Amino acid sequence: MLDAWLASLSDPLFRLPLLTGLLLATLLPVIGALLMLRDEWLAALGLSHLAAASALLGSALGLPTLVGGTAGALAGGALKTRFEARGNLAYAFMILVGWSATLLIGANTELGERLAHALVEGQLYFAGVVELVAALALIVAALWILPRILPQLLRSRFFPRFEQANALPAWRWHLAMDLLAAATLAIGTLTVGLMGAFALVLIPAWVVFRIAPSWRWTLIGSGLVGVGGYLVAFALALQLDQPFGPMLVAVLLGIAASMLLPKAWRGSVSAS
Amino acid sequence: MSAAAEDVLIRLEGLTAGYRRPVVGPLSLSLRRGERLGIWGPNGTGKSTLLKAIGRAAQVFAGRIERAPGLRIAYLDQQPLRLPAMPITGRELLRAAGATTQGAPKALTGLLRQRIDRLSGGQYQLLWIWSALATEADLVLLDEPTNNLDPGRREQLIEILQTRHSSQALALVSHDREFLQQTCSHLLELETGEVKHA
Repeated sequence: MLDAWLASLSDPLFRLPLLTGLLLATLLPVIGALLMLRDEWLAALGLSHLAAASALLGSALGLPTLVGGTAGALAGGALKTRFEARGNLAYAFMILVGWSATLLIGANTELGERLAHALVEGQLYFAGVVELVAALALIVAALWILPRILPQLLRSRFFPRFEQANALPAWRWHLAMDLLAAATLAIGTLTVGLMGAFALVLIPAWVVFRIAPSWRWTLIGSGLVGVGGYLVAFALALQLDQPFGPMLVAVLLGIAASMLLPKAWRGSVSAS
Repeated sequence: MSAAAEDVLIRLEGLTAGYRRPVVGPLSLSLRRGERLGIWGPNGTGKSTLLKAIGRAAQVFAGRIERAPGLRIAYLDQQPLRLPAMPITGRELLRAAGATTQGAPKALTGLLRQRIDRLSGGQYQLLWIWSALATEADLVLLDEPTNNLDPGRREQLIEILQTRHSSQALALVSHDREFLQQTCSHLLELETGEVKHA
């Protein structure tokens, strides 16, 4: 595995994808922790489906996939804020719209069919400078936005009457969060694949929510679990010559299972 | 409740409020700094609706609500948020509310480093109420704050409210009349619409 690692670091063909994925593997789990706090973890799948569908639609219109995918997800995030759709229901509809559109566009164009497969499986090894720049821009945006909206998001979750009672412009921080989540999911989907992005949002946050001593460590821990899982999956996929997206999901599922096994073991011992 | 006009934080004049149709009112009253208004009445008389109207969460059908300029409100519903996992410490919860730990009773200071999902229902409820009281809010609205509290925690809440000297005004809704009499300066009986000294 170490050989594969060193090879990936010295080979420019793998260096860009590795770095791009690393940035996204840091950010997606942090967004996941925030979505889980808002009980909106299905956002990952909803926005990913929208991004995939709009990337295909954009490519049919001659737009780069990154532009089409991001625009579609951002529109979904903005509409969700506009209609004050909180919770997972809005994202369930996004999944259905995105799934239906992706498969219909894919079925009717040759390019669409190939692209649809790539989006579902993940095409990390094809990530280039454009994806890296997009991921860097996302990190910069997140570093600027999150410290400004985190206190409001926490207050809004635990003290939901506060904003209304004080006539505060709450839509600003909810929109900022929805747009950041949408952009992150779009670029994540177009880079590590639909299920890879979903797993990076859901699983690290789910794991860390169970064990973190504080909210601060939840954010830090989610990022660390995401990065750890990503690096292991990258090395395993290279070493075993496997597609990256499914390998990433498998590694993250392994981490989640390792959280459940000790509990199941304690349960079986006490039962016997 | 006559007092200097500048101390008045909120004034209701002939207020009738509700949702699709009126639930409570008409009511007229004012609340000044440092006053504690207990709102009491049988189920269905609109106690919570009155708080919601003050907190801009119910519709005003008639009359009006005048709020002092720049009025800051802390408003807690009947139940605090409960999620399957909440990796937030007591201190982080207070910070999110903009509340201070200064002057917090000993029963609460021991909870500040613990995750709130590992507290008992009563501990969490007390901490949650403190997170509203220990802010810079001018007016604190508490809806049924004794819900989920066992007799011991109820006594702790009474002690917190009795010993906390502040210029904050409080409006408390409760079905527990004895609790309101012990903690409030005035009592509003919704059935009659009269405000009396507690």
